[in-house]
Order: sequence, then C-alpha cells, then structure tokens
Amino acid sequence: MKTWLRQHRVAFSRALVRLWRAPLNTLLSLLVIGVAMTLPAAGDLFLENVQSLGKNAHQGQQLSLFMDIEAPADVTRETRKRLAERLPGQWRFVSRQEALEQMQSSDGMAEIFASLPHNPLPDAFIIEPAQATPEDLERMRADLAQLPGVAHAQLDSAWIERFHAFLALGRRIVDLLALVFAAGLIAVTFNTIRLQVLAQADEIEVARFIGATDAFIRRPFCYSGILQGGLGGLMAGILLMAGVSLLEESAARLSALYGSHFVLKGPSLARFLLLPAVGAALGWLGAQLSVSLALRQMETTPQ
Amino acid sequence: MIVGDHLTKRYPGGFEALRDLSLEIARGEMIFLIGHSGAGKTTLLKLIGAIERPTSGSLVVNGQNLFALRKKALPYLRRNLGQVFQDQKLLFDRSVLENVLLPLDIIGLPLREAQRRARAALDKVGLLEREKARPITLSGGEQQRLAIARAVVNRPAILLADEPTANLDLKAARQVLDLFVAFNRVGVTVLISTHEPPEIPEHTTRCVILDHGRLAS
Ligand SMILES: Nc1ncnc2c1ncn2[C@@H]1O[C@H](COP(=O)(O)OP(=O)(O)O)[C@@H](O)[C@H]1O
Ligand SMILES: [Mg+2]
Repeated sequence: MKTWLRQHRVAFSRALVRLWRAPLNTLLSLLVIGVAMTLPAAGDLFLENVQSLGKNAHQGQQLSLFMDIEAPADVTRETRKRLAERLPGQWRFVSRQEALEQMQSSDGMAEIFASLPHNPLPDAFIIEPAQATPEDLERMRADLAQLPGVAHAQLDSAWIERFHAFLALGRRIVDLLALVFAAGLIAVTFNTIRLQVLAQADEIEVARFIGATDAFIRRPFCYSGILQGGLGGLMAGILLMAGVSLLEESAARLSALYGSHFVLKGPSLARFLLLPAVGAALGWLGAQLSVSLALRQMETTPQ
Repeated sequence: MIVGDHLTKRYPGGFEALRDLSLEIARGEMIFLIGHSGAGKTTLLKLIGAIERPTSGSLVVNGQNLFALRKKALPYLRRNLGQVFQDQKLLFDRSVLENVLLPLDIIGLPLREAQRRARAALDKVGLLEREKARPITLSGGEQQRLAIARAVVNRPAILLADEPTANLDLKAARQVLDLFVAFNRVGVTVLISTHEPPEIPEHTTRCVILDHGRLAS
C-alpha cells in the first residue's frame, strides 16, 4: 500500500515536471482545452440566467377561475373554502360586483358597462401559484375546473410554454455542444499524450525489458492527462468568471432600463469546480486510451 | 537455473534464428556463448530474458516455464534477471545515477534506499564519481559498466550480457569481464555472448558455440 502510494506520488510529480519543462506547449494545450470547455459552460450559464429571468416572470402568471353566473352563493362559498385549503394565500376572490366596478372605472369601458341592463360578469378567483412549471399549471387548471360551480378555468401561459420550449432547445444545444467538446478534449489529450509517449519510446522499451508493468508505464502519462484536463478546466472556469465580470455591468444597466432587478449570475462554486473535475476525468480517459494504444503498438513480445 | 528444450525461434518473415536448440545451465555457472554475427546469440538471450517467445520448444528460467507464463507475469520474471543489452539501451537524457535508479523505481523502492543501492552498484563498477554525469560523456568502457550496474542493481540471480566486450579495447574489455567474474563469485549465474572469443577468464565454467542457430560441440 505504501509502495503503491509512493509510486503514484512519484508519477504525479513526474507529470508535473513534464508540464513545467515545456511551458509553451503546456500553455497552448491548456488554452485549447480551456476554450473548448468554456463554450458549453458559458452556454449552460446563459441558460441558467435566462431561466432565472423566467422565474421572476413566473410570479406574474395567473390562473383565472370564472364561476357560473347562476352559481348560488353557497356553492361559491364551498369553492372558496376548498381553495383556501389547497392554495392558502395564493389566490384572491373578485366578486362580480367588484369586477363591474373595475370595468366601469376604466376608460372606454365605462359607457358600455353603464348601458348594460344587468351585470354580465361572473364571480372569479384569481390564482397566482407561487412556483409552477407549465405542466404543473396545466394540471392545476384541469383540476380546479372540476371545483363546484366553476364554469371556466383559464390559463394564460402560451408565452411561458414558448419560453420553456426555448429553454429546452437551448439545453439540447448546450448538451450537444458539451458532448462535441468533450470528444474534442479527449482527442486533444490523446494526441498530446501520444506525442509524449513516442518521445519516450526508448525509455519505455528499456523499462519494459527490465520488468516494468504496463501500469507503471501508463501512470505518469495518465497523470499528465489528468493535470492537463484539470488545469484546462480551471482555465475554463477562470475565463468564464472573467466573461461574467465583463458583462455584469452592461447586463445590470440593460435590466435597469427595463426596471428589472435581474443580476447576471456567475457560476456557482459547485459549477466552477465541476469544470476541472470533468476536465481531469476526460483528460484521464484520453491519456488512458492513448497510452494503451501506443503500448500495444510498441509491443515487442508477441502473444 | 535455465533449461531450454528443443527451442526454435522463427521470426515473422520465416527466418529461423534458432533451430532445435537444447541447453541447460546450472546455478552458479559462468558461460560464454560464442558465435558468428547472425548466429542467434541475441535471439537466445532474448528468449531467456522473456523479451521474445520461442516458436516451439520449452524454456524454464528460474523455475518458471516461459511458455506457460501469462503475459501479466512477464514483468515480474524480468525483475529477477539482470540484462546487459547489445545496444546497452542507456537513457541519455538522464544522469548516470538515474539510469541505475530505473530498475529500483520500477519495483517501487523508496528513493533513499534506492539511491543507496544504486550508489553501491555504481561503486562496484567504479563509476561512483561520475554519478551526476550524462552517459553520453562516458567512454565506451564506462558506458558498458554503467549498463552492468543497472543490470545488477536489483541483485538478480541471473545475469545475461549480450556482447558486452564488443567495441572495447583490451583493457576496458578486461575490466568488464572482471566485473562478471566478481558477480559470478558471489553466486550470480552469468551468461555472456561474444562473436570473437576474447581472453576468456579462467574462472569460466563452459563455452557454448552457436552456429547458424544450432549448438556446435
Ligand atoms: N526481429 C527480427 N526479425 C527478423 N529477423 C531477425 C530479427 N532479429 C534477428 N533476426 C535474424 O535472426 C538471425 C540471428 O540474429 P541474432 O540473434 O541477432 O544474431 P547474433 O546476435 O548472433 O548476431 C539474424 O540472421 C537476424 O537477421
Ligand atoms: Mg547480437
């Protein structure tokens, strides 16, 4: 166990030294990996921000329950009671009288309503759910339409559905982008590690001839891949933060113009740490594939 | 220690480098393998060193049948052998000391202990003062001795040396052969190949002559 740990530590420091000794190469690969990871990460962050923008908008979404005009008062009372149980504090009642007064006080409508022989408006419940996805809302609408005396339940959420469809599409695109760039990262690592392996072909041959296992030979290269991917991911995180801080001010100014309190959010710490973690994992994979292939090709002992 | 039975080695392309060769080497022997260039000396040493596999025949080294051995086990077998390669295979981008450290690194010895052992090996071959030098700055004889130090640092039971005296002047060749005699005296089984019989040390137990892949008597 101690030997095992020591060998890993030695391999790790070898890999570090190798990166350090070729600073330009290292910097270039880190930049390539960093940029490649920044793109999907930025897309993800963008969606996140748009989503939070949408959440603010959700507070405006309404579900209107119109009662039957003829509904007797005790039925309306019953519905009221049930709503109070199900959605406490998330609805208000607009009596037909109130509705009429509201109409009469609004410009243009006043005369029309004044000329009517009797009040054509029903009692209504205006429901503003605290938090709900479009699917939740639709389910709620169908549900509430069953309440006694309800003539019609109306949901004005077409734009929200469109918004969510847009988000879903965006999510797809970002996922696809992430997949493509992950493959790219593996390929980049594969290539750099391959070059490293070939550059050390002599050393690898000797090591094999005098009893090195494949695991021993693979180890420093795998750490190279891990380091390269991890540091590349870190660079992506830093690029992302830099981008956010550059855009922050203009975003704030823009949202102020619209009277919104929207603030451009940077990546959370977990998201930030995810980048080097994913980078390291992909780097490890690329290195593993690369060394295994190279070792197989360098195989001297036919089986 | 080493038992080869009806060994044949056919390289890809069909060339038979060894033909039906049987050979037995006892523990503690010091043997010269003599043969013209292309006789199959390197091939035989590679078979014993588990670097090449025989096409047919059986080969038991250190009690292990190389034919039956799984591939994963090969590295561990090689660790019990000291090999001096015909082309030495020194690492020219590492120091003399680092070259000797390589086998110890492979078995995962702690650095301090490894350095102690590597220096002891360098001391035996008379290269201790050159430990920081690059192998490229060493003379031919010194490079050969460095290769020997790397081969013995693991304290192997068997030492295989492929033409270790080729390209060396008489004095350097003698120094190298003296080293092999010294290792043999402490119990190491030694097999040395050569294409021109040098001054064979008296200490030698046997000479084996290889001719076109066959043993000549
Ligand atoms: N990898 C190989 N592929 C094909 N032929 C080889 C290979 N290695 C050696 N040979 C041939 O096998 C014969 C014996 O080679 P070798 O064992 O190196 O002889 P020696 O070491 O006695 O000079 C030579 O004719 C050589 O050309
Ligand atoms: Mg040879």
